[in-house]
Amino acid sequence: MTAKLEARGVAMTFPGPPEVRALEPIDLDVREGELVCLLGPSGCGKSTFLQIVAGFIRPTSGTVAIDGKPVDGPDRKRIFVFQERGVFPWLTVADNIGFGLADLARDVRAKRVAEYVELVGLRGFEHAYPHELSGGMKQRVEVARALAVDPDMLFLDEPFGALDSMTRLSMRSELLRIWQAAKKTIMFVTHDVDESVQLADRVVVMSARPGRIRSIVDIDIPRPRDLSSPRYLELRDGLLAEIGLAHAI
Amino acid sequence: MRGWRISAVAIVIAIVAWDLAIHLSGNTLLPGPLAVARALGELAVSGRLARYAIASLFRVTWGFALAVVVGIPLGLVLGWFARGGRTIGPILQFVRPISPLAWIPLSILWFGVGDAAAVFLIFIATVLPLTLTAMHAARGVHHVHVEAARNFGLSSAAIVRRVLLPSALPELIGGIRIALGIAWLVVVAAEMIAVNSGLGFLIVDARNAGDRYDLVVAGMVAIGVIGLVLDNALRALANSPVVSGRRA
Repeated sequence: MTAKLEARGVAMTFPGPPEVRALEPIDLDVREGELVCLLGPSGCGKSTFLQIVAGFIRPTSGTVAIDGKPVDGPDRKRIFVFQERGVFPWLTVADNIGFGLADLARDVRAKRVAEYVELVGLRGFEHAYPHELSGGMKQRVEVARALAVDPDMLFLDEPFGALDSMTRLSMRSELLRIWQAAKKTIMFVTHDVDESVQLADRVVVMSARPGRIRSIVDIDIPRPRDLSSPRYLELRDGLLAEIGLAHAI
Repeated sequence: MRGWRISAVAIVIAIVAWDLAIHLSGNTLLPGPLAVARALGELAVSGRLARYAIASLFRVTWGFALAVVVGIPLGLVLGWFARGGRTIGPILQFVRPISPLAWIPLSILWFGVGDAAAVFLIFIATVLPLTLTAMHAARGVHHVHVEAARNFGLSSAAIVRRVLLPSALPELIGGIRIALGIAWLVVVAAEMIAVNSGLGFLIVDARNAGDRYDLVVAGMVAIGVIGLVLDNALRALANSPVVSGRRA
């Protein structure tokens, strides 16, 4: 079976001075429909890697291919979800979600927007502006805006990092629900070990600068996942040890 | 509404205090409020008040409109393309601290005594602040918003229309409001020297033609009132939901 995404020898050095080696050559395959988490400490280059595969940054060396074609820029088949900063403050919720649908006829667009408003649970807020929303709601606006153009892949860069811990938990289950319903391939960057074990099919553990892949861990817990099962705790402790954190305080 | 009432009371108190101060001190260097009110009545009846106010507003409209049409697109382009800003920016920063009034001799040399000279002065005085504001506004567009728009496949022209302009709009309106204030300051000075009509001319003329200081202060009051109306109109625009109600 061929991979959805193939990264071969992707390395990144930011020109200086001082020159910063952000990524050592990275090889990674992602399967169609897979949910992969990139896990690592701040500054390990995981966000840089995500921006490279999304086509926003050109790597210093190496190649990324998606569906067998080299990536040479961002593409509306693959949407990058920023933290809620990516929501346009001058547009309403509905206009944000419909942002990528400008080429559709007005009524088709309105129908599609309504569908995704519903999907992310923002009914009643269609005409609200982002500053009237909570962080979690803005995040859902961005996810809905991304899904509305029906992409094959989603790239999420610590999308829930700015949310409080309760909102974060509900956003994770919401993401899983959407992922299972919409069958997208998702790459998800996080520095949160629990988050990666709760969400991912596979966790790619990265080490600190210059970033490289330390190991790849299969999360073989059936969904919906029991967060107190021995296997969950075992995998989480393994990952904590892998990134060099003790699991006792 | 309450704030409006408090302002009205403060104005009445200031006028009464002005009148009392003139009476109690026996001062003859400043006309009292009643004399100024009579002078305003005289100007209104003779039609000069309306004629001069319209002359001044006409010059401001043209000079300011030209400055908006030139300065805002120029500034947006300079700010949007970082290299453009680095090239032209220092020149703009050098010209900016030169008082627009320093351009009076050159503007009369180039355009003669008349409307064109005054319009040019207003243009010169406002085009730089407008350009710099637009430059700053374009630079302030969040790169995440631009990247998101690229991700959705927008062309460069569409990014300008759907990201740059709406993102810069509130700051542009703020800059327009400040520049209009400058234009209103400059028109008075220009009319004192370069033309034979307008509220600035009224003030110089009232002094030259017989030391009518009541007319001088009446002209000042008219300038203040019109300036206030202009500023309030733009503030209403800046605060309207179309421009800024959409962001906290």
